[in-house]
Amino acid sequence: MKYQHKQIAKSKLKSRTIKDKAIRVLVVLLSVVTISPIVLIIFKLIEKGYKQISFDFIMKTPPNSYEAMTALANGELIPGGIANGITGTLLMMVAAAAMAIPVGVVTGIYLYENPGKFMANLTRNISDILQGVPSIVLGLIAYIWVVKGITNGYSALAGSVSLAIMMLPMIVRSTEETLKMIPVTIKEAALALGVPYYKVILKVLIPTGFSGLLTGILLGISRVLGETAPLMLTALGSTIINLDITKPTSAVPLLIWEFYNDPNMVGLIWSSSLLLMAIVLSLNLISKQIAARTK
Amino acid sequence: MNDNIKQIKDPVLSIRNLSVSYDKGKYAVKDVSVDIKRNSVTAIMGPSGCGKSTLLRAINRMHELYENIETTGTLILNGKDITNMPTIQLRRMAGMVFQRPNPFPTMSIYDNVIAGYKLNGISLKRSEKDEIVERSLRDVTLWDEVKDTLYKKGTFLSGGQQQRLCIARALAFDPEVILLDEPTSALDPIATAKIEDLLVTLKENYTIILVTHNMSQAARISDYSLFMYMGELVEYGKTKDMFTKPRDRRTEEYLTGKFG
Repeated sequence: MKYQHKQIAKSKLKSRTIKDKAIRVLVVLLSVVTISPIVLIIFKLIEKGYKQISFDFIMKTPPNSYEAMTALANGELIPGGIANGITGTLLMMVAAAAMAIPVGVVTGIYLYENPGKFMANLTRNISDILQGVPSIVLGLIAYIWVVKGITNGYSALAGSVSLAIMMLPMIVRSTEETLKMIPVTIKEAALALGVPYYKVILKVLIPTGFSGLLTGILLGISRVLGETAPLMLTALGSTIINLDITKPTSAVPLLIWEFYNDPNMVGLIWSSSLLLMAIVLSLNLISKQIAARTK
Repeated sequence: MNDNIKQIKDPVLSIRNLSVSYDKGKYAVKDVSVDIKRNSVTAIMGPSGCGKSTLLRAINRMHELYENIETTGTLILNGKDITNMPTIQLRRMAGMVFQRPNPFPTMSIYDNVIAGYKLNGISLKRSEKDEIVERSLRDVTLWDEVKDTLYKKGTFLSGGQQQRLCIARALAFDPEVILLDEPTSALDPIATAKIEDLLVTLKENYTIILVTHNMSQAARISDYSLFMYMGELVEYGKTKDMFTKPRDRRTEEYLTGKFG
């Protein structure tokens, strides 16, 4: 053995060291390539957008094109902010979550309780397919169902319906996965105390998996927060702060699109994007934190 | 076997012709009839897959959670047929402790002890709760160790303490029998010894039925032993008698380590 070892050392050690180093450099290089887009995006957003971020930016509605043009001509910052977008996004998120969370959690529980059953498998597969449906198609559906059918016009409700459909599969999956992680013994412990089944789910399983459910919900919200396409067909947009769910409503991503189309307002797209990005990133970080703390 | 059934007067539990099948025709427990003596420790022994856990879980009807499991036969617990008893009533009379300690991770030690009341929505006065918690924790000799940390999560305790907490949770209902499914198999020897001592003292007030694959444990703490093999009850009698002069060849072979 000793002899063999020596031989390897002599003849191959050098080439092995070189290979080892080359691979290491490659791994580091590819990792840098992977993380560079997000770093560059954040850097660009901050560089271009930070000037516009102020108290007014959160509290006021956007200026009209003329005001923006005047400010630009005088070399000043564009006045106003995106308060209508922020409130609209909040309104639609709350409404979408209120629709998607109960349905998604209950469906997730159903899938967990009936593994291998035909209906459960079908539901799971359909839910997976739903996740792949293009968001613009969901916007069209919400347009037909809600805009044409219920509110007789563009509305926040229509927007939140399309977003809720997008969130649903994520909540279903995360609920099922979370419940699966809870040891069966916890469930049996409750049943051995004579606790009825529905109470075991409500009072033992859901509290035990609560952080997992919350993580799934937060990720679902952050995923649809930046959706623009379905909102164009449903919520449409609004220049004023609107809290009536049956009326057209703005949203941060919708405003970014509007600003992009108005040469005088282009200055606002970066700060709006920066804000949106900050919200999405913090939601992601919060849900990661919750997930890590409970593992 | 039949002689033994008649020997015990006023049994806490009578099992008659109990069969449990998982798939149709495949029996995990076959036609078992046995009487369990009050205020004793009865050990159910046998090699893996002999149906000892299945028998234990039939006593508090845990099997009915699973659709494909069929149970036939009668069980009389404390003079009452359990077949159609409401589960809450049955499980208050027959507390269960599992192989691995399973305190509720979201609950404090205090809440874990009274979890049976809490989860079933049985409201108690504060003083009643305090009394139940203290009595149950004293019964399992855990009170002195945790009395200052009652509101901490039960999952912070050591494995042995967690298992005693789970026994306290079963005792909180003041049951007739306590069913233990290999309660020490996940514990170290010191924690195991504590639980064994505990079970011996608990038999003054409760009847204990213990599934164990550990023969020396059965010999140490049980008064009566059941030996099961391939779903059948092979031998039942006083532990002392069974370990010194087993009547069945299979029991003897198992006890001498020829299989198992």
